[in-house]
Amino acid sequence: MKHLDEYRDAEMARRLAAAIAREARTDRRYRLMEFCGGHTHAIFRYGIEDLLPSNIEMVHGPGCPVCVLPTGRLDMAIRLARREDVILASYGDMLRVPGSKGQSLLKAKADGADIRMVYSTLDAVKLAEANPGREVIFFAIGFETTTPPTALAIEAAARKGLTNFTVFCNHVLTPSAIAAILEAPAIRELEAVEIDGFLGPAHVSVVIGSQPYEFFAEEYRKPVAISGFEPIDIMQSILMLVRQLNEGRAEVENQYIRAVTRDGNLRAKEAVSRVFELRRDFEWRGLGHIPYSALRLKDEFAAFDAERRFDEPYIPTEGIKACECPAILRGAKKPTDCRLFGRACTPETPLGSCMVSSEGACAAYYTYGRMREAAQ
Amino acid sequence: MNVASRSARPASRRLDLAAGRVDLTHGAGGRAMQQLIEEIFRPALDNPFLARGDDQAAFDVSAGRMVMSTDSFVVSPLFFPGGDIGSLAVHGTVNDVAMSGARPLYLSAGFVIEEGFPLAELARIARSMGEAARAAGVAVVTGDTKVVERGKADRLFVNTAGIGVVPAGVEISGDRARPGDAILLSGSMGDHGVAIMAHRAGLEFETTIVSDSAALNGLVADMVAVMTDIHVLRDPTRGGLAATFNEICHQSNVGMRLDEAAIPVKPEVLGACELLGLDPLNVANEGKLIAIVPAEDAARLLAVMRAHPLGRDATVIGEVVADPARFVRMATRIGGERIVDWLAGEQLPRIC
Repeated sequence: MKHLDEYRDAEMARRLAAAIAREARTDRRYRLMEFCGGHTHAIFRYGIEDLLPSNIEMVHGPGCPVCVLPTGRLDMAIRLARREDVILASYGDMLRVPGSKGQSLLKAKADGADIRMVYSTLDAVKLAEANPGREVIFFAIGFETTTPPTALAIEAAARKGLTNFTVFCNHVLTPSAIAAILEAPAIRELEAVEIDGFLGPAHVSVVIGSQPYEFFAEEYRKPVAISGFEPIDIMQSILMLVRQLNEGRAEVENQYIRAVTRDGNLRAKEAVSRVFELRRDFEWRGLGHIPYSALRLKDEFAAFDAERRFDEPYIPTEGIKACECPAILRGAKKPTDCRLFGRACTPETPLGSCMVSSEGACAAYYTYGRMREAAQ
Repeated sequence: MNVASRSARPASRRLDLAAGRVDLTHGAGGRAMQQLIEEIFRPALDNPFLARGDDQAAFDVSAGRMVMSTDSFVVSPLFFPGGDIGSLAVHGTVNDVAMSGARPLYLSAGFVIEEGFPLAELARIARSMGEAARAAGVAVVTGDTKVVERGKADRLFVNTAGIGVVPAGVEISGDRARPGDAILLSGSMGDHGVAIMAHRAGLEFETTIVSDSAALNGLVADMVAVMTDIHVLRDPTRGGLAATFNEICHQSNVGMRLDEAAIPVKPEVLGACELLGLDPLNVANEGKLIAIVPAEDAARLLAVMRAHPLGRDATVIGEVVADPARFVRMATRIGGERIVDWLAGEQLPRIC
């Protein structure tokens, strides 16, 4: 694991910080959105903002799968889990997310619902094999990185002829979310968010490639730098964005060349397109309804679709009124703008999804950065 | 052959330690339980207190302060690289007693066993417990065994309690950290938690990560011998270094400033943490301690720690500062700053 040290080198960080400070013009602001929650987490964990001049502002984006799932979808999962004969298999970070009426999967589990934490989709398939008398539902969430494993699990279940395995599919698409943020000021009533450039996702881009971002760069004149997750990656990508903005360029640049190609991972993309198709409409927490922004199972895999197997309606629900998660997910507000932050809402007693997931902006602020607020 | 002498023996046949399993009679208080104690626990833990066969152990006490501590162990898996639940149950309680500066003397051990548990594994755990106790210079002087029906416990749970004697003049407590004090750490972070998580997740690394489970009372004795005015000692177990420091800041009403680059983490532990999405500072240790001492004494104590095999990598990692907000702050490796916070939620269940 020597590899990691290169990307956490203090001397390299100092040199990049000096270059950014030298090249960033003092007569303008640079509002850069890191789309991905993994980047938000790294920015706070390594204190990267301490190394940036004050006119470079990092705006935290909606790239946290746990955060963008609307309360109504979580309520559906909780209702599914409470059914007799159902085992709900879920990634661990969903368990503490608050649903409506103070419900959560963890509380349902304490009440007796059979909810199992799994580390991989194939563990959920194994669970179905080991419990032939029970219905095993895999609670699938995430962006393009977690979609291929779900596709493979469904194909594996089909091959094994399992009749008790289904997927509650909540997979969503990154480009749709970016488009929603960029179009928000023009066509919606949401607060306008001025973004000068994007730090593109690392792992998502490994799958989808750099090509899908080219549209945003061209159409909206916003530079994109696809960035790795290590602190040196992020600093270097910020420098690339500063240079593009100074030179009036709006291109897709790839800092994460050690893993990202223009076309992405073809085999992963093929697996996804074999099993999934676009969903006509999906509600996102914070971004509202976005057409064709999520995936559903194709008709030929309908037998593995929990939404078709079980008759659970989607009931849209308002979150807690004072919770600013929606505006925070759009980049319109900072966690510290929320009056619940750090008072009623903490990682121990989360009221909003952004405080639960380690990729959420509120959790990152609270866990790593709240001394900044205290000092002000 | 004399019939009377045969019936006086607790059981007619020896336990089948190769293929036998614990059944409900082993916890019922009858001959079977007596046999389990006679053939597994007494030889493994061998000492004159147990040999007397009473329901309690009697021993003389010295004048001065005594300390007492207890801990329950539910670790899964029971056997892991670098130890097992038996040695861990000894080390955990010995260390809790030793963190007061005390010399641990006696332990008790309680076993909750699930019906069907293999006798061979129970014997192996008892032997490991005995070896750990002898190595640490303590005796397991009293014990208890309960057997529960299959499904009512996961294989085996162990509780140990321990008592020890504090040398005169030693006053170590979590509320004694003072601004200006130096913070010393005895070695690398995260080994125990990652060894267990990696084993559980089926991850294999080029170098096998081994738990650091060890009794720290020898190291503490050396430290206390040269310096009675140690302010705080603590072993960063569950919740890791982060939880330990936040506890101390709350108890002492102070803040801390740490230097990330000074905190030793083995490369393979760091790599595993990346894969598992863990922060090494939140991960449990079972053979490391932190010491908080007046800054002027730090170098002297560090030399003593480094002279002991369990403190070879000891180093100064930060200082105590005045801070009403009681933040544990850390200068990051790349020159930024962040908080080191408690872990929220339950990331690592059943680590000890």
